[in-house]
Order: sequence, then structure tokens, then C-alpha cells
Amino acid sequence: MIPAPFDYVRPGELEDALKILSEREGDAKILSGGYSLLPLMKLRLAQPALLVDLRDITGLDAIVETDDDLRIGAKATHRRIHENETIARYPLLHDVSGGIGDPQVRNWGTIGGSVAHADPASDWPAALLAANARIVCRGQNGERIVEARDFFLDTFTTAIEPTEILTEIRFWRRPRGQGGAYTKLERRVGDFATAGVAAIIRLGDGGSIGFAGIGVTGVSDSPFAATDAEAALAGQRPSDDVFRAAGEAAAGMSRPVSDIRGPVDYKRAMVAELTVRSLRKAVERALAYS
Amino acid sequence: MTTQHITLTVNGEARDADVEPRLLLVHLLRDVFGLTGTHIGCDTSNCGACTIHVNGQSAKSCTMLAVQADGAEVRTIEGMVAGTELHPLQQAFWDQHGLQCGFCTPGMIMQAAWLLDQNPQPSEAEIRAGISGNLCRCTGYVNIVKAIQQAAGELQASASAPAAAGEAVAAEA
Amino acid sequence: MTEILQTSPEIGGMGHSVKRKEDPRFIRGKGEYIDDLTLPGMLWLDIVRSPYAHATIKGIDASEALKIPGVAAVVTGKDLEGYKLHWMPTLAGDMQMVLPTDTVMYQSQEVAAVIATSRYAAADGVAAVLVDYEPLPVVVDPHKSLEKDAPVLRPDRGEDKKTNHIWHWESGDKAAADAALEASDVRVAEDIYIPRIHVASIETCGCIADWDPVRQQLTLHMTSQAPHAIRTVLALVAAGAGLPISEQNIRVKTHDIGGGFGGKVPVYPGYVLAVAASFLIGKPVKWIEDRSENLQADSFARDYHIHAEIGATREGRIQALKVKTIADHGYSDAAADPSKFPAGLFNVITGSYDFDKAFVEVDGVYTNKPPGGVAYRCSFRVTEAVHAIERMVDILAHDVGKDPAQLRLENFIKPDQFPYKTPTGWEYDSGDYGRALHKALDLIGYADLRKEQAEKRARGELMGIGISSFTEIVGAGPSHDFDILGLKMFDSCEIRVHPTGKVLARIGVQTQGQGHETTFAQIIAQELGFPVADIKIEYGDTDTAPYGLGTYASRSTPVAGAATAVAARKIRDKARKLAAHLLEASEEDLEWTPGEFHVKGSPDRKKTIQEIAFAAYTNHPAGMEAGLEAVDYYDPPNLTFPFGSYICVVDIDKGTGEVKVRRFVAVDDCGNIINPMIVDGQIHGGLTMGLAPALYEQITYDENGNNLTGTFMDYLLPTAVETPAWELEKTVTPSPHHPIGAKGVGESATVGAPPAIANAVVDALWHLGVRNIDIPITPPKVWAILHEKGIA
Repeated sequence: MIPAPFDYVRPGELEDALKILSEREGDAKILSGGYSLLPLMKLRLAQPALLVDLRDITGLDAIVETDDDLRIGAKATHRRIHENETIARYPLLHDVSGGIGDPQVRNWGTIGGSVAHADPASDWPAALLAANARIVCRGQNGERIVEARDFFLDTFTTAIEPTEILTEIRFWRRPRGQGGAYTKLERRVGDFATAGVAAIIRLGDGGSIGFAGIGVTGVSDSPFAATDAEAALAGQRPSDDVFRAAGEAAAGMSRPVSDIRGPVDYKRAMVAELTVRSLRKAVERALAYS
Repeated sequence: MTTQHITLTVNGEARDADVEPRLLLVHLLRDVFGLTGTHIGCDTSNCGACTIHVNGQSAKSCTMLAVQADGAEVRTIEGMVAGTELHPLQQAFWDQHGLQCGFCTPGMIMQAAWLLDQNPQPSEAEIRAGISGNLCRCTGYVNIVKAIQQAAGELQASASAPAAAGEAVAAEA
Repeated sequence: MTEILQTSPEIGGMGHSVKRKEDPRFIRGKGEYIDDLTLPGMLWLDIVRSPYAHATIKGIDASEALKIPGVAAVVTGKDLEGYKLHWMPTLAGDMQMVLPTDTVMYQSQEVAAVIATSRYAAADGVAAVLVDYEPLPVVVDPHKSLEKDAPVLRPDRGEDKKTNHIWHWESGDKAAADAALEASDVRVAEDIYIPRIHVASIETCGCIADWDPVRQQLTLHMTSQAPHAIRTVLALVAAGAGLPISEQNIRVKTHDIGGGFGGKVPVYPGYVLAVAASFLIGKPVKWIEDRSENLQADSFARDYHIHAEIGATREGRIQALKVKTIADHGYSDAAADPSKFPAGLFNVITGSYDFDKAFVEVDGVYTNKPPGGVAYRCSFRVTEAVHAIERMVDILAHDVGKDPAQLRLENFIKPDQFPYKTPTGWEYDSGDYGRALHKALDLIGYADLRKEQAEKRARGELMGIGISSFTEIVGAGPSHDFDILGLKMFDSCEIRVHPTGKVLARIGVQTQGQGHETTFAQIIAQELGFPVADIKIEYGDTDTAPYGLGTYASRSTPVAGAATAVAARKIRDKARKLAAHLLEASEEDLEWTPGEFHVKGSPDRKKTIQEIAFAAYTNHPAGMEAGLEAVDYYDPPNLTFPFGSYICVVDIDKGTGEVKVRRFVAVDDCGNIINPMIVDGQIHGGLTMGLAPALYEQITYDENGNNLTGTFMDYLLPTAVETPAWELEKTVTPSPHHPIGAKGVGESATVGAPPAIANAVVDALWHLGVRNIDIPITPPKVWAILHEKGIA
């Protein structure tokens, strides 16, 4: 399996990369880790005329907390995120980053690459949706910030413009009483998710649910926020009954297709089940961080 | 066809080549540099037979372009021996019958070497997870796990040996 | 079989876990696999493949491809037709296309070959060849293929050339089996499908064909488990096509092979295309398959639709078995099955049990899928047979309310019944099935597990225990039952002892990871007393190795291993004469201990085998030929019948339907053991290739014949995470007819493991009314059951 021919540039500055993108609008692709793009190119399912490799652009991989945010540079690899000390306090992100692909993929694959690629069964989008993250897109005319819930438009399609580069993901800084978790079902370790559910729960005063975020992957044209599930949780006291109601709501919003990963009713049921499992863990972690 | 000039270090040796941008790193190593110890077993980065180290990180060289390795330090199975001395992992794979057809072995050893770099004392579960991106069709993984355990023990012993010897000398003095 | 004498660790004969002689090159990355070779002036061949499972080719336009720099030629079926090379014979007596002239019969079938100066140019050429297809109706389901209105896929073949039925085969006594079933108190019937799977050795297939037009010499470097057979087939095909390639000028070389498991036995169109291209162009041509091609076009295994019925007394004493099976062969019967029976050894389906009556029938059917049939670590359909009988016996045990272990123990063929004639005509050589099962039960703590299961069931948790007590049938094979295109299934060894007491031996079989360089040296060390370190084993070069039929179906040790022992004994016979001469004693007065002859009663009057070897070249008696060499071609008197008992414990996640193998105990009996370490390694690997189809692997097609599992993203080989820590034990029941009492072990575990796992899962769900789940037992299948029963 050999990719079709293409040109390759490796600019040293972000501005140069953006300039190239706007000059070659539509036929250039950004290369980050390459673990999503190159297999598609080898199968000749993707045939970009130009690859713009971000490797030499420095400063796009920081993981920092500000007063409000946790900011992760687009070039941060899954493994660096997983092993980062700050991320140890973000259990949802810790779960996701430790379970993507296999160790080699995690060594090279990046959060920005995954998010921009927007595979309908990839893991990061579910977490971004659950956490109401924001995605920083840089163009030649500056930055714009896109809400995760406005970002994933369709299969392999996002709100990013062809002339823009995804530079950073911003999560909200974790407050006390908040916990998150990601549970996915895979046919074998390293597989894309049959279904995956990310959950964030913030417990309010008196132990009821102050905020609930649910992101679901693998069971629709693109990952989605299970808003019906979030509504079913808001204000409730955590219990298995409440979780199950949320699971049913998330399953109801799923639009899976029947394929070799299983039939529609199975996938819907898995969304419900995984939602319950993620919620149990998220609440447990929220309680442990009060 | 436009080519690009790249330079890199392979197993400690400076190398360079003029390559098409689409040339896969594994093909640079095998077809251009003649380092055929790194193998190809799939097209979709699932099997791990092509695992090497790039700047100290294990990588699947079939899912990396040669141009991406421009300027990098690359280590392959051929770089694991020190002179004629086998790396403890190589010795352990032999001792423990951790290979049969040998095709996945170079990638498996390179991944195991990276794993032990990161985690010198892995549990059995950590070893199994650590090589989950490398498929073996012959061994059922049992003896691969044992080999990695053996090498971990030896590497640990040799890491602490000079210090221990030093202490002994100090005690005698 | 003769007594096995104990050898020292230095000699390293049978029973020593000698470290492998082949490993130093592999651990350094210095193996020599086919894609590691580059010949001067070599060209690359890549293949255009059909996106349709059934279509008429209306035209092939290669003009754009030929404009690509580096593309030298594009070869189509029409080109080959001129040389009568567009079809080739299969090992099962059918015909298979090399390239189609008008119709493609399965998705990914070869349509044209592009030859270019590089791997990359060849791939670009493939992408640029334009093929105009007109899709035809697709037949995927073999049952539908047999319906009256099904499109006839092979108007050149089939019954009356008007149906898709290929052949019917039966074994046993139908009337007697029917009568015995009628008379049974209890009858259990079940449909069991054993799906299509693929060996997926980590190295794919490939070759370099090198035709030297000046010397009229064809050298074919290739990934073959049977190089000599390939040479002869090439010679026959060339003669048929009127090409000037004759057998003395064909050399097949295999180099190192990255796993075979049966997938490297058949002749694939890619090999033939490389040979044809090299012949036409006069340069070496390399073809290396990629993984998608490997999974979508190479030989598959299984695809048996089985209906089985078993009859027994109320107490569970089994009496009769009747089996009707439809075998899906794809568009051509290309099973690499050298038996004289189209369903191979499937009638070994009476298994480890003392059946009075049995009848088996199988019908082969064409569909729009790739050809093949047996390539997955399986001795010609024994895996299907064992799965069916072990599932049936388990269902019977549950139905009559007996513990599955107890029912098996009560129905086993007893040790004193061997040699045992089965109702379908096989003669089992030796066995002690009860001993193996008792050992497995003890090792796993069966009684405690049943207690734990009962407690868990009371709490609503799902846990199951499954047993499989299989009998294997390997060592193809006796020439009355086996041949490849008329070639008998003997195998061979040639041993040369050099003057300094070092040994070169060449064998007719071919390692793909089994460790022949070590184990065959151990057989010679055992028989002659040379240290293993002094013995070099060669194979895989048809110019030098003696003729043999190759390695598959666990036949290396049973057949070539026997030839090696017999050849060594011929050398020992001559060594005895030499020793008698040197010691001035009579031959009868000499006694052999490994490595030396001494005079009976005078242990100091001795000659070592090394001294004798030197004398064979320097001081042999008058009238005796110089040298110390022997060759043996061994036609086995019978097959060997390894066996074992496996017990598996599974836990089921009620929420997701996931099955986890918690423990798996395997007690194997493969007769006398040459190298315990290597035998354990074979079993570890075999068990993992049993786990794979039980829970993960299946080649799946949609209704249009599209292969949905054409990459490793969807064809799910188990990783180290899914694979449990296998627990192994042995019993040893030597084969009475094998010179060293060995039986073969390569496939036992792959044959025996799937039903143990399936039985465990069904055992966990039996109380819910579940009788059978077809493998692979995937989470959606289990969840659907739990959902239906109101559990999930």
C-alpha cells in the first residue's frame, strides 16, 4: 500500500504554515502525528496534493492551567497528555488519552490531529463535547474560538476552515466536586470504539447534580453531546435509576448504523450501558474531589 | 517527481538520502538503507512488525514518512547489539523461546525496549498492554511476556550492579 | 517404535529443551524473508483487483498506466490466454483463474498485473489501469447457491454444469446410523456453522521469479510450505503450455518464512504472474502481497454449515451420529487437501468417543467468494469435525442431566480398545483419553469451579466451564489415502556425516517457525549421539533437499521426523560395522549407548561416533563403501492421533455481552516429545489461534459479496491483552507405529480450543435455555441472547 504522490513542506513558523494553506486552499492537508491521515493515504482514500507538516513549529504542545482553563496544545501527544501531572487531576482526559489506539499510536498521535480529523468513532471528540471544551482555530487573520458543540459537523467534517490550523483545546479548569470518566467498548484493545461515552458531573450543594456533560462517539455520523441525557441528570441526586434514565436518553439520541460492530439495537443498548458506567465513575470521582 | 534531501542518524550512523515525500520510513530503512530487520505486516498500523525508535519513542515506521524523520535519531533492531553482545531483550527472547517464525520479533523487541525504558519494572498486565500494538501469530505471547520479564530483571540488575560494587569497595576501605 | 535412550544435555537428544539454533539470526533482524531479497535488475509486480464479487469485464484500458514513468508492462488474462496460462489446476482437482479473460468471480480477484521498475511505480500503475465492469448477480450464501434459480457460477464445471453443486461425499453406514438413531432414547440435533477465517500469518505471501533466458533456468524464491510440490506443479504447467522450462532447471528456494499455518501451501495467481512476467521480460520479478490482498484473496479455511444429530441412551451412553454438511468453497475448489476425500478427514468426527454407528455426508458448493478451504492450522477439516462433536457431546450431557466431564469419561474409547477402528474407517493408533481429562480436571480444580458457578448463578452472575476432549488426526499421510496430483505423501531426510564428525542433514519439509533446525538436529542427536551443536539442518532449496511434500497438517514430525530417525538408524547400522572393524569385535558383541559403541561387558573397549565417522573416510574395511551417509523416504503406515483435554473458564459481562477467558488448562498428548520447550510454544500459539476464531475472527461478506474484514482494523487477531496466560500439562502415550513414538503437535491446540471456549459460554447460559452459539461468540451475539431472555 503506497500513497499517491504529493508535495511536502515543513514550515518553521505557524505564520508560514497559514500562508501556505491559504495559497493552496483546498488541496493541502495538515500533517501532525500522521497516524490517522497516513493509513487513509496509503489506502488512497485520501490523496492531498500537499502535506504541511507541523513538526518544526514550536510551542503548540504545552499543557497549562490558567485561572479558568486547562489548555492543551494541538501537538501534545496522547501519551504526553496521559502522563502529564496536571492531567492526573482530569480523570476524563486521563481515561481518554490512555486508551486511544496502542502505545505506538499514543506516542505520535496528537490531540489536535484527532480532533481535526473527526473520525466518527474517535475518542477525543466525546470528551470535548462532554466538557464543553473550546477549540482554538488560527487563521492568517488571527484566532477564533469554536465551542466543541459547534465544531463536529459531520463524518470527517468540522467547523475548521481549510485555511485554518487547530492550535489548542481549552477545557474548563476542574472545580471541586467535579469528576469525569470515559468508557468505551472495543472489539479488541486498540480498536475504534463500537461506542464510547464521556461524562462529566459536577455535584452541587446538597449532593445533587449541578452540571452534567455527556459526549457520545461511534454511534452517529459524528460524535454528539447527549443533551437529553444531560437534561435527565440536571438537578437530580445521583443514583443508578437516574443514570439509567440518562443512559436511555443518550441511547435515544444515537443514530447508529448496523455493521460488523453490531446491529442498531445492540449499539443503542451499549450507549445506555456505557453511560451508566461512566456516570458511576464520574460521580465517584467527583465525590473524591470535593 | 520531486525529491527532498534528508539527513538522519540510524543506529548511531549519519545517513542521508534523496527521497520522494511519499516514501514511507520503513521503505527508506529497508529498500534504501538495506536494513531489512524491520518488517511490514499490514497497511493500517495494526501489527507493529515495523516498530522502531524515532528520537527515543517507539513508532510504526510504516505510518511515518521518511521526510518526517529528517534530522531524527532512528534505532532499529540492527542497532540493538553492542558489538557482538546481544541486548538483554534479544538474549531473553532466545532464552525464553519468545519467537517462532521470527517475523514479528524485531518489532516486538523494539517495542519491549521502549516499554522497559518507560517502565523498568512492569507488571504482567503492563507488559501485555505495552505490546498490544504488536501482533504475534505464533507464540500466544506467553513466552514473549516471560522474555520481557527476564530482560527487565537483567536490566535492573545491571543498572544497580555498578553502584552495589562501588558500595562493596567503600565498605572494604 | 523403539526405546528412547536418555542422552546428555550436551548431546541434546529427545526430551531436552534445547535453545533454538535458528534464533540468533532472527533476534538480530538478520532473518532472510522474501521481501528482504533484492536481485540485480529486479522489477516489481503489483496487481489490479476487482471491486466486484461477480462481473463481466467489458474492457481493460492500460494506456494511462503505461504512461507512468517506470511502468514496463501491463499483463491481462487475454495475454496469458495465448500461453494457455490464464487458468491453472488447483490441488483439489478443480481449475482456478490466474487472470480472467471475461468474468471476475469474487471481490479482490486478480484482473491485471502491472510490472514496473519500483514498488511505487507499480502501485501507481495499478491505480491508473481502467477496467470497465458490468456487475452480475452475486451468490454469497451456499444454501441459496443450491436453489434452482441461482445463477450458475461455473458453467464449465459443477454437476451437469447446470448447478453450483461441486461434489457429494459420504462416509459410514447410513442405514445403520438411521436405525441406531431411531432406536435411541435421546436424540439431540443442532445446526452449527463454522465460519470462514483466514490464517493471516504476519508475513504475507510473495516471491521473486528469476528466469535466466540464457541458462534456461527458473529460480523461484518464494513463501512456500511445500517447495518440491511447487516445482513439480510448475514443471507440469510449463509442459502443458509448451514452455521450455523443465524440472531439472527449476529451483524453488524458500528462505525464512514469516508464518504459514496452511496459507502458504496453495499456488496463488501472484506467483504464476511473477513467473510469467519474468519469463516474458527476462528479468527477475518480485511480487509481495499487501495485507488487504492477503485477507481478501488468499486461501481461507472452514466455512462449513453442519447439521449434526447424536443418539444416546437415557443414561447418556452415546450410540449413533449422523452429520450433513454444506461446504462453501468459493468460486473454485482450491482446498489444499491432499487426501483422496473432498471433505478431507472430516469423517474423524466421531472424535474420542466409542460410537457404534456413524454416517457423514458433505456437499461442496460454489459461491462468489475466494477459493481455498483448509488453510488455518488444520489437518484437513478435523477442526470442523472436533468442534461439531465436542459441541454435540456437551449438549447431550446437559440434556441428559449429566456433568459434561462425567459423560465424556463414560463414553471415551478405552485404552485397551487401541488400535481402535472408527465406524467411518479410521484406525486410531493409541490413546488414553481418561487420563488426560482427569489431569485437566485436577489441574483446574473442577469441583471447586462448579461450586463457584452455582453460587454465582444464584447471585445472577454468569460464569461457565467448558471442556473439549479432542482427538486429532495428523501426519499425512499413508499413500493409500493421500497424494498431491499423484505424488505420494512420503517425506524424506538425507544425512551426511563429515570426516570430522560433523553432520549436515537435509529434509523434505519446510519450517515456517516450528524450529526444524533444532528439533530435527535433536532427532539425529538422539539416534547417533552427535551433539546438537554439530548438526546442521537444511531445507527449502529444491536443488539440494531430498524430495518431500512440505510442512502443514502437523506432518513434519510424523513423516519427515520418522524419515530422519530411519536415515540415522541406517547410518548407525553402518557405524556398527565400522566399529566392529575398528574394535576387532563382532557386530553382535557391540552395544550402543548414545554416541558410542562398546564391547559388551568391556565399557572401555569403545569407539565414539566421531572416531567412527573419521574411520568411514580413512580406515573403512575392504569391501565397504567409503563415507557415512544415508537417505530415507518414509511412507507412514498410518496417521497419528494426538489428543488432549482442555478446560476453559469464562466470565460474561451481562451489560455488554463480553466474554472473558479467565482460565484455560490444556493437557496435551502428542506422544513422545522431542523438545518440550518447542512443544509448549506450539501449544501456546495453537491455543491463541483457537481463541481467535472462538471469539474474534471471521471473514464477513455483505450480500453483494464485499469483504467487510479486509484489513487488520476489522479482521481481529487477538493481542497480548485478549490472550490469557495458558496453563499447560502433558500426558505421554507414544505412537506405536512411529519410529520415535512421536505424533505431531502443531495443530492440536487450534483444533481443540474453540469448542472448549464455546462450551464454556453455552454452559454459562444453559439455564437460560441456550443450546448453541456459533463462533465467533461476539458481544452482540451474547447480548442479543441476554436481551431476549430479559437479563440485559
